Amino acid sequence: MKTFGGKVLFLDRADINTDEIIPAKYLTENSKEALKPHILEDLKIEGFDPHAPAVKESRVIVTRSNFGCGSSREHAPWVFEVNDINVVIASSFARIFRQNMFNCGMLAIELSEKVIGELFALRAADTSISIDFANDKLTVTSGKGCRTFSYQIAEFDKALVKAGGWVDFADAKY
Amino acid sequence: MAMTLAEKVFKTHLRDEPFPGAKVLNLDVVLCHEITTPIAINDLVARGKDRVFDASKVKVVIDHVTPSKDTKTATQAKILRDWARRHHIKDFFDIGRNGVCHAIFPEKGFIRPGYTVIMGDSHTCTHGAFGAFAAGVGTTDLEVGILKGVCTFRQPETIRVNVNGIMPEAVSAKDIILKVIQTLTVNGATDCVVEFQGDVIGSMSMEGRMTLCNMAIEAGGTSGVCMPDEITVDYLWPFISSDYKDKAAALADFRKWHSDESCVYKKVIDIDVTDMEPQVTVGYKPDQVKDVSEVAGTPVDQVYIGSCTNGRIEDLREAAAYLKGRTISPSVRGIVSPATPDVFKQADAEGIIKIFMDSGFCVTNPTCGACLGMSNGVLAPGEVCASTTNRNFNGRMGKGGMVHLMSPAVAAVTALEGKIADPGKFRKEKI
Repeated sequence: MKTFGGKVLFLDRADINTDEIIPAKYLTENSKEALKPHILEDLKIEGFDPHAPAVKESRVIVTRSNFGCGSSREHAPWVFEVNDINVVIASSFARIFRQNMFNCGMLAIELSEKVIGELFALRAADTSISIDFANDKLTVTSGKGCRTFSYQIAEFDKALVKAGGWVDFADAKY
Repeated sequence: MAMTLAEKVFKTHLRDEPFPGAKVLNLDVVLCHEITTPIAINDLVARGKDRVFDASKVKVVIDHVTPSKDTKTATQAKILRDWARRHHIKDFFDIGRNGVCHAIFPEKGFIRPGYTVIMGDSHTCTHGAFGAFAAGVGTTDLEVGILKGVCTFRQPETIRVNVNGIMPEAVSAKDIILKVIQTLTVNGATDCVVEFQGDVIGSMSMEGRMTLCNMAIEAGGTSGVCMPDEITVDYLWPFISSDYKDKAAALADFRKWHSDESCVYKKVIDIDVTDMEPQVTVGYKPDQVKDVSEVAGTPVDQVYIGSCTNGRIEDLREAAAYLKGRTISPSVRGIVSPATPDVFKQADAEGIIKIFMDSGFCVTNPTCGACLGMSNGVLAPGEVCASTTNRNFNGRMGKGGMVHLMSPAVAAVTALEGKIADPGKFRKEKI
């Protein structure tokens, strides 16, 4: 199983699409590692710098609704994976992106808009989130405070995370 | 129990339910292209599992960057080509015979009512036009599909869209789907199937139905679907004539997939096209849609006609009807990519290729390239493209570029004017 948790990168916008996460021109790469420098390269958020040290140090993304919409490219979870970001927390996900995350043994956690708002309220340069995978809980900590929230993920998605992804799960079962 | 088309397909294809709500379906067709498949192939090889569940159910095309533009794209094509050869995949479409995946696979008769279809491409929802459940997936799902012939989904709910009224001459399937996306919003159909019904759909060609279903994903939909009917039978007849004694028998068989009258929909939307104007997107999301009259006059640098949304013969005919005997504005670059070799040949036979060339359009080979900014029409920063494609995301057709999505008719008259224009104000010639 992958390790989950660490410093948070807040992306304060809805409908962030997979073209923004990893532009199509990099889809000609045949290794995941080659994607690494291009994380969030075309993300359209005022003042966002994909090359800032904060992006490299992040281990968790917290964002708004419909994250990962658009293209089916699994290069989107992969570019996070090779940058050691194994958790994305959003108020909702596009279906294919969400499935791709669990298929890679990564975590796509959906929380209500209210709770996402509470996470954003603790936004600071040092905000971090720890994940208690066994008990479906996450704890967010920053200079502004510390809160713990429960989350729900489907049993099947949990099994995929434990199995290390869908290929191993399916190969053992079908 | 009354069921939707999608529920019937799920029921008949269910292989396993490993956990509540997680459905593992048997697949009828697994479609592959050179962008998302090579990493799946490499992973299967690395795992010592370089196998294909059924070579007759795997269909393969090189379409995104073709001819290859550099060493990397040539390598992707080679990985796919070598794999198709060593597994004796008969339906492999390489250069000279290749076309845009969601245009060429239906054209070859590979998609049938009631099928389950996946591909590592989000616009796989196109194939629901035949009454199939067809979904875009990532590379891992594709890899498992190739190896085991299964894929997992949550049971989707269905949103029904009724389209009725009298179609104005300048309005087409593209305008309808842009209006639907505006209504549903970019995530209004997440985890749902979008089912198109009503008089307008009942008399719409398969090409138009594919345009509709193609963009279901832009509202977050898993698959678009249309009910298979006489028009579906006519389209598929060259491929199914040996399976049925006549067309009526095929139709009767196809009808079993129709959504039952009392089935449960998550939501029902009614659209009347009678007074509809052609639709154009603004901004960077496909639900940011306006009537063409509101955006007419917006200057553009490039006009692109093609893609899995609007690169079929009807689309080319529609555009050519406005371009015939006219030349495009010297301020724009016009590019048209017929979606398949058969579309290209048909357009040539009908004089459509000549109309495009005489008007000043560049005619490219069939490829997806320009739509996602990979090749054959990439924008420079600050440039604007009027495009018949499916996504207007920031940088989609080139970093710093902007895209207005529209129908082939709007794209054609926009090319003539050099700025967004209303085809309702132009004379349409006979082709």
